[in-house]
Amino acid sequence: MIEIKNLSKTFTTKSGDVEALKNISLTIPDGEIYGIIGMSGAGKSTLVRCINMLERPTEGSVLIDGVNLNELSEAQLRQERQKITMIFQDFNLLMQRNCLKNVCFPLELAGVKKSDAVKRAMELLELVGLADKAKNYPAQLSGGQQQRVAIARALATHPKILLCDEATSALDPQTTHSILSLIRDVRDRLGLTVIVITHQMSVVEEICGRVAILNGGEVAEEGPVQEVFSAPKSEAAKRLVYPDGYSETLVPAPGEHFIRVVYNGAEVSKTPLIAQMAVDRNITASIRSASTRSIGGKAYGNMLLSVTGDEKLAEEAISYLREIPDIIAEEVKANA
Amino acid sequence: MLDIFSSEEVQEALEIFVREFPTAIWETVYVTVISTFFAVLIGLPLGVILVAGDKGKILKIPSGVLHVLNVIINLLRSIPFLILMIMVFPLTRLIVGTVVGTVASIVPLVIAAFPFVARLVETSLRELDPNIVEMAQSMGAKPIQIIMKVMIPESIPSLLSNFTTAMTTILGYSAMSGIIGGGGLGKIAINYGYYRYRYLVMLLAVVFLILLVQIIQTVGTHLATKLDRRPRDRA
Repeated sequence: MIEIKNLSKTFTTKSGDVEALKNISLTIPDGEIYGIIGMSGAGKSTLVRCINMLERPTEGSVLIDGVNLNELSEAQLRQERQKITMIFQDFNLLMQRNCLKNVCFPLELAGVKKSDAVKRAMELLELVGLADKAKNYPAQLSGGQQQRVAIARALATHPKILLCDEATSALDPQTTHSILSLIRDVRDRLGLTVIVITHQMSVVEEICGRVAILNGGEVAEEGPVQEVFSAPKSEAAKRLVYPDGYSETLVPAPGEHFIRVVYNGAEVSKTPLIAQMAVDRNITASIRSASTRSIGGKAYGNMLLSVTGDEKLAEEAISYLREIPDIIAEEVKANA
Repeated sequence: MLDIFSSEEVQEALEIFVREFPTAIWETVYVTVISTFFAVLIGLPLGVILVAGDKGKILKIPSGVLHVLNVIINLLRSIPFLILMIMVFPLTRLIVGTVVGTVASIVPLVIAAFPFVARLVETSLRELDPNIVEMAQSMGAKPIQIIMKVMIPESIPSLLSNFTTAMTTILGYSAMSGIIGGGGLGKIAINYGYYRYRYLVMLLAVVFLILLVQIIQTVGTHLATKLDRRPRDRA
């Protein structure tokens, strides 16, 4: 379990103090895939670096399985970091080492015997599906393959926590999808706790169980993903859920229901989704806002639909939409 | 060429060439290689300290120490080599036992070159993406592991290019040491060209100096490119 207690981080710069994180408290249970989402500058990267003490918090503490990381010596902390590994936006592979030796790197640091390290590294490359690239250098691989090598490397020392710092932000949507599947897969197999730092809602929706929304260095909202995204309460959360501009006037009228539809690579480009729903179920929906892109014949993004009728009608529309693969649909409740 | 130099001059130059050039070329190569070796031996750790100690990011080195180191490097680099050679006479005598000769010229060469190498190493290491260092720290790397397993290996191509530059510069300096009795092609160029007006001999010495620089540069560039694992032509 990861417990972040009253954590604050202030950077002292020439132009004054900058409060990057303010009084953050989060509890992340074992085995969870936990999302931390926010716009740039919200303090996500600083927060993730406080979890492994790459940045020392100004105040507050980080406890991992009850051990307070602040109280560890440098040497103990280095030991602990073998159990809290990290993957990055730019992969950060060693460009002058081949893939096998990249995966061996943390094992070398830990003083593992070379033959054992190579054996373990090969197993991991097998796990991420790149055993045939063991002797290739990172520059010869695609971005997605490089991230797979980075994941293999992060798993080498049998960590209990995997920190993903914008790990899919440099990848195209299809590759993102495959990397996220891999992360979920290794979590299931190895029982890791995963923390996913991202600015992409689709990433959180795809793999996270719980999410914290970070805004201006503070936790604006926290809870199960479906709950937070279907009924965002804070302003920061609303801005994320409705990226095209949420206004207070966008409130369902009596008898009107809002349904948010998220495309995660759904094959809908050829079928007119809303027209089809009207034909199949006799439900007419209008689009209130939409931000979708089609990449390689697959749709990504999200859309806000409105249907007018009773609760049952809304539920029927949602269940209809959910039958389509790679689509997430949920009702957006009016703000209390 | 025959219009400028008489046949006697050409004849004499050829005799000197056969008699003295093989030794002179060997001395120049030997002095350059040994001096570069020691300059790198001293300059590499200093360059590493300058980068790893910067803001205490990797090594906890007091900023005062780094400041002093910077001043020393700048100071040594500001002294013209000709004057430096004379200034270090006492040190040369202490180490080698004499101030004249091929071996004696190695001492001022190393002293002139190591600050230069330290700066070149500093430049090479600063090119490294700081995120790579952060990655190593996030995996629990000790400072010495960051230096030996990340900073230096990842900078090999750039370091090799810079060591090549250092070697060609040292070769140029070694020719200058002919003035105070250092051996090699520089001595021949000065002794025959400057003191005895045998320009043809001097020209020959210069041609061989140019050839040596060409060889060093070609080999250095080839190695740096060959050892770089970031091929520009992607598969």
